[in-house]
Amino acid sequence: MATHAGGLTATCPVRVQGLVRGFGDRTVLDGLDLEVGAGEFVALLGRSGSGKSTLLRALAGLDGDVTGSGLVDVPVNSSVVFQDARLLPWQRVLDNVVLGLRGSAASERGRAALAEVGLAGRERAWPSELSGGEQQRVALARALVSEPELLLADEPFGALDALTRLRMHDLLRELCARHRPAVLLVTHDVDEAVTLADRVLLLDAGRIAVDLAIDLPTPRSHRQPQFLAYRESLLRALGVDPTEG
Amino acid sequence: MTASVLTRPRTATAPAGKPRRRLKPGRPIPFGAAVGPLLLLAAWALGSATGWLDSRTLSAPWTVVTTAGDLIADGRLQDNLAVSARRAALGLAIGTVIGTVLALVAGLSRWGEAVLDGPIQIKRAIPALALVPLLILWLGIGEQMKVTTITLGVLVPVYIHTHNGLRSIDSRYVELGESLRLRRAVFLRRIVLPGALPGFLLGMRFAVVGAWLALVVVEQINSTSGVGYMMDLARQYGQTDVIIVGLVLYGLLGLLSDGAVRLAQRRALSWRRTLAD
Ligand SMILES: Nc1ncnc2c1ncn2[C@@H]1O[C@H](COP(=O)(O)OP(=O)(O)OP(=O)(O)O)[C@@H](O)[C@H]1O
Ligand SMILES: [Mg+2]
Repeated sequence: MATHAGGLTATCPVRVQGLVRGFGDRTVLDGLDLEVGAGEFVALLGRSGSGKSTLLRALAGLDGDVTGSGLVDVPVNSSVVFQDARLLPWQRVLDNVVLGLRGSAASERGRAALAEVGLAGRERAWPSELSGGEQQRVALARALVSEPELLLADEPFGALDALTRLRMHDLLRELCARHRPAVLLVTHDVDEAVTLADRVLLLDAGRIAVDLAIDLPTPRSHRQPQFLAYRESLLRALGVDPTEG
Repeated sequence: MTASVLTRPRTATAPAGKPRRRLKPGRPIPFGAAVGPLLLLAAWALGSATGWLDSRTLSAPWTVVTTAGDLIADGRLQDNLAVSARRAALGLAIGTVIGTVLALVAGLSRWGEAVLDGPIQIKRAIPALALVPLLILWLGIGEQMKVTTITLGVLVPVYIHTHNGLRSIDSRYVELGESLRLRRAVFLRRIVLPGALPGFLLGMRFAVVGAWLALVVVEQINSTSGVGYMMDLARQYGQTDVIIVGLVLYGLLGLLSDGAVRLAQRRALSWRRTLAD
């Protein structure tokens, strides 16, 4: 689906310039610039209330009623994964996955996407019959079934337990390696960011304060000294003393 | 030692001592809904058998049953029932369609809401039956007036609850629809209508009751057919047994139609896990 055939927009599907967003007289994003390359996995860190969700919603075009200015250039074919799985409770799992698809092959593609996230055979289940992790996997299938050029995810694993979150990391990395969308993953978990991303951004005072390329081979391990170094510098930038906790 | 073992809670995981308090109402009693009515019936039979209830005040259950048999034998019951059922069904159908359409218009557009919601809220404050004199002046005392009265009684609850259902659809689902770039038709079919369905069905439960209620009133005004007319005639001759047959009939019709809506509710909302299940 995605065209990687060269040209400026193909190499850089996401371009944001001078983005300003505010609520009332409080400015949250203050002239923010951002570029994400095709197939690049970018993690976005930031203190609570720093405006990560605001940025993501601006990219997703979900902030129609918010005042602001700036240039936002994103592919039309982009998908969003929310913090809650946000499945329609009155639609069965497969119908949830193919909700945004058109055409006759929709059901086949939906089944394939469900199989990819390890939920083959659960097509006819109601969302309420799935565990939290399974629901989030359905949401992932729904986001990827349209073969998006850009995947926007706002703390998609925030509500999951630690073990399930690790499994989801593996799954997400696997799926992204196969489908190669550009990814912008909002998270508050520094380990998650360093484990998954090619590049980690830190949002502070309405701008990207830190832009750190993670140059580590995958799979990455918390025991690698380089990993710890990245982790430490990001925690410092967040204002946390890495020697504590 | 043995005694302490015996008094222990049966489940090993429950903490010793007080069992955990259950907040759900507990397991449903089989045919639980029939318990109250059966007790009432028993009291009535007992009162009649002991002579405690005068048969001029209230006929005995068995008299009512034989009267019902007679009424069925000469065809009066069926004929009147058919007329009544037709009126109620017609009013219910028209009222449901109008109420639903108005709710959709008001729920999906700000202008629709501005124009429609006020008048319907005002209409809600005026009982449908208070409009009967006016409707008689406008439409006469024929079928048109009767069906219109029932329609008005049905329209309001269907509108109120469907509109409320629409308005209370979680905005997160609307956001989901936007993020998936759903076409308006798909958005309506997959998110709006199913989201409003619980409200609509609740409105239908009030609507069927409203339909029978309005029916009773219009049939006792200047009517020459229907269950209400049969009862009004019986009043003139002091036949409490016929009146009771009419009442039981109304009750059964109300129960049956409510049961039908509840069945539809259970079918259509099988995805929901609620306190009642
Ligand atoms: N709809 C809104 N109305 C008013 N203020 C808002 C609204 N949404 C966000 N804000 C404010 O904008 C700021 C940034 O919010 P945002 O949700 O983007 O933060 P965040 O970085 O995602 O935080 P968290 O990590 O806690 O999710 C906050 O101070 C918040 O109070
Ligand atoms: Mg947020």
